Amino acid sequence: MSANGKLLNHRQSLPGPEDIHREVLPNGIVVLARSNFNSPSVSIGGYIHTGSLFDPDEKLGLADFAASALMRGTAKHSFDELYNQLESVGASLGFDSGLHTTSFHGRALEEDLLLLLGLLSETMRHPTFPKDEVEKLRHQLLTGLAIRMQDTSDMADITFDEILYHGHPYARSEDGNPETIKAITRADLVKYHQRCFGPRGMTIAIVGAVEPKRAVDLVHRALGDWENPVQPEIPSLPELKLLDKTIKRHFKISGKSQADIVIGTNGPRRKDDDYMAASLGNSVLGQFGMMGRVGKSVREKSGLAYYAYSNLSSGVGPGAWTVSAGVNPRNIKKASDLIVKELKRFIKEGVTKEELSDSQANFIGRLPLSMESNSGVVNALLNIERYDLGLDYYRRYPDLVKAVKPVHVLEVASKYIDPDRLAVATAGP
Amino acid sequence: MPKTFTKTTLSNGLTVLLKEIHTAPLISSWVWYRVGSRDEVPPLTGISHLVEHMQFKGTPNYPAELMDKAVARDGGMRNAFTYLDWTTYFETMPADKIDLALRLEADRMTNSLFDEKEFSSERTVVISEREGNENEPMFQLGEAVQQAAFRVHSYHHEVIGDMADLKTMSREDLYKHYRTYYVPNNAVIGVAGDFKTKEMLARIKELFGGIPKGPTPPRLLRPEPEQRGELRVTVEGPGETAYLQVTYRFPPASHPDFFPLSVLDSLLAGPTNLNMFGGGGISNKTSRLYRALVDKEFAVGLSGGSTTTIDPYLYYLALTIHPKRKPEEALAALDEEIKRAQNELVSKEEITRAIKQARANFAYGTENITNQAFWLGFAEMFASYDWFETYLEKMSSVTPKDVQRVAREYFRPQARVVGTYLPTGNGESK
Repeated sequence: MSANGKLLNHRQSLPGPEDIHREVLPNGIVVLARSNFNSPSVSIGGYIHTGSLFDPDEKLGLADFAASALMRGTAKHSFDELYNQLESVGASLGFDSGLHTTSFHGRALEEDLLLLLGLLSETMRHPTFPKDEVEKLRHQLLTGLAIRMQDTSDMADITFDEILYHGHPYARSEDGNPETIKAITRADLVKYHQRCFGPRGMTIAIVGAVEPKRAVDLVHRALGDWENPVQPEIPSLPELKLLDKTIKRHFKISGKSQADIVIGTNGPRRKDDDYMAASLGNSVLGQFGMMGRVGKSVREKSGLAYYAYSNLSSGVGPGAWTVSAGVNPRNIKKASDLIVKELKRFIKEGVTKEELSDSQANFIGRLPLSMESNSGVVNALLNIERYDLGLDYYRRYPDLVKAVKPVHVLEVASKYIDPDRLAVATAGP
Repeated sequence: MPKTFTKTTLSNGLTVLLKEIHTAPLISSWVWYRVGSRDEVPPLTGISHLVEHMQFKGTPNYPAELMDKAVARDGGMRNAFTYLDWTTYFETMPADKIDLALRLEADRMTNSLFDEKEFSSERTVVISEREGNENEPMFQLGEAVQQAAFRVHSYHHEVIGDMADLKTMSREDLYKHYRTYYVPNNAVIGVAGDFKTKEMLARIKELFGGIPKGPTPPRLLRPEPEQRGELRVTVEGPGETAYLQVTYRFPPASHPDFFPLSVLDSLLAGPTNLNMFGGGGISNKTSRLYRALVDKEFAVGLSGGSTTTIDPYLYYLALTIHPKRKPEEALAALDEEIKRAQNELVSKEEITRAIKQARANFAYGTENITNQAFWLGFAEMFASYDWFETYLEKMSSVTPKDVQRVAREYFRPQARVVGTYLPTGNGESK
């Protein structure tokens, strides 16, 4: 764009079929690439098909431990050598383990992309889990768990999952707990890695100052010969047993000046047809503007909380639809009552045409902003792949959003939310 | 690609910085006021931050809800921040909607209502914000260390203010603060993105040019006397984990020593990311202190960094202590590394590495327009935009001797505060 021409067009700036390059390598790795030469940097992100669903109960946290340990040493390089290569060029690389996937993300200046992909390949394929590094990491993980035990927000979330997903694998915390982290041996890490890490289902997105063809070529060179004939399928999920009544549970943490509340229920999966209606409804309920209706009631009108918002978390399996707030411990009841009141109103009245149109405009309007940075586009591309949305998804997106009517929101609200069957978790003194 | 940058001052004193960036159909606008927590004295600590909150509560033209709704409908992002030396408000909007943001900002520069009822609920919102902070051991420790480091200078208190003041200050106090500091001659507007400079400047003149100039607001300045000896503070609280925070006195950002110190920071604790959005993410696992403290298991985590301020402020190092170690042991190991930087010249390669890290951070930061617009005004708050544009150049001229000199001058135990958080357990027995 030059200074004398017309200004940039919205839709053109969003990723679409003609500027997303997608290629599947012979070993099953899906590569997505899109170039952006506005900054000399490159972001990568992706996932492989393994996660904490494989963790045995007594070794819960194994997948997370293993993901954290990948960078602790490989057949070729020590922990310090690996990080020295990255940090010397201002690059970064990290791994996170979730339930279904283990994800990675990194970035570098364009001239160091080859190095970054080389390190990604090396740490995913040839980690050695050196004994002393595993022990150091174990102490770090245990300290992290001790800190988590003191965090009212984390513990309210964990308590909420235990109530809502009772009897379901989603009830378990991916980080494990002190007993299980202590029970994990180096041999467990080695065995888990050998068995579960592999290219099948792996997806990688590369966005930045690199031509897509070259990005694919670099991935091919780094990971094209990776094979794991024993890589297992992700275990299938059992049906979620819905709550038959409201269950309240408090996690006590002494000496804290603020308590956290999480109230909610199950929600749609990302691929469900009612996801978009739920997502727009959620925006009206607790996100739009200053945190939607919930923010207006709990924060703006009553001044009870700095944050009070709703969240719809939808992924592969049954999602969660929650309202969260941080309040003075003596205001737990008052705030909880206001939240439940908003939920009741939501399923009874749904949303007005005007409220819905506000959120629709917001969903459509904010797209370019969410894709300002390379990592934003990486996330968008991974989203497309993970949920089969199609390369033209962000071009179709405005129409998908506008197709939702108030009646759809009302339907989806009363389908999922029942004020007599809520999970209510609190943490604090 | 033309990257024109212009700086103008309107007749009412408003400084305008504009930068065309035609990479995405977005424009980001930031309005900065030269007022922050350093302009506050008891019993009004925290007032700048509370005023910032009230700036979202509406004017006669734009009632609170209307403002929120208008920006959100257009797919914009908006927020505000209050810090030691400044307060800022920004909107990033689709390029064809930026006019809304400009109108809102011009309007609330003078027309905010500060409604009494709104204020009473916002007061408790901010109290709740502070209570949330107080849940964190590192906030408790950081606050105690900051208070110990500044006896005289108003950098003494946390930006959010003391609870006693949050409970007692009045709507009139806030309104007076607003009228005193929110004048065009005390403000800077920085806009970056997909626009034409001439048109944008004309529109800003139209919207902001008519706002009358006010008396030049005073800046509170009570220089901190020299510290004569190490200060130690201890905070006790719930948990199982001990923390250590050590601060050294650092020069202001405009001081030439800031750059050799930035190199030293990179070496000791990994690079500090100065971007508000984007950037960062470079780990510090091969920094000298990580190797000496975390690899050697005195600590399980380490961070460090400096801040760009007008007056001398602090460099901090924060350690999460290893469960099998005592804070004193970690401090002794830290001291060894400081001594090494004072006694041995760093290598040229280490300096080159620090520069590359800074270059990478800036490259990541230029991926988004919001961050590029941020820099226009941010740099003006403690120096000028030139400070940002010549940052890498200044870092490149740093020599190993410079690094050694600043290590000796600024990392003296006599000028530091050592804060320890001692955990009292999970409180089951209470």
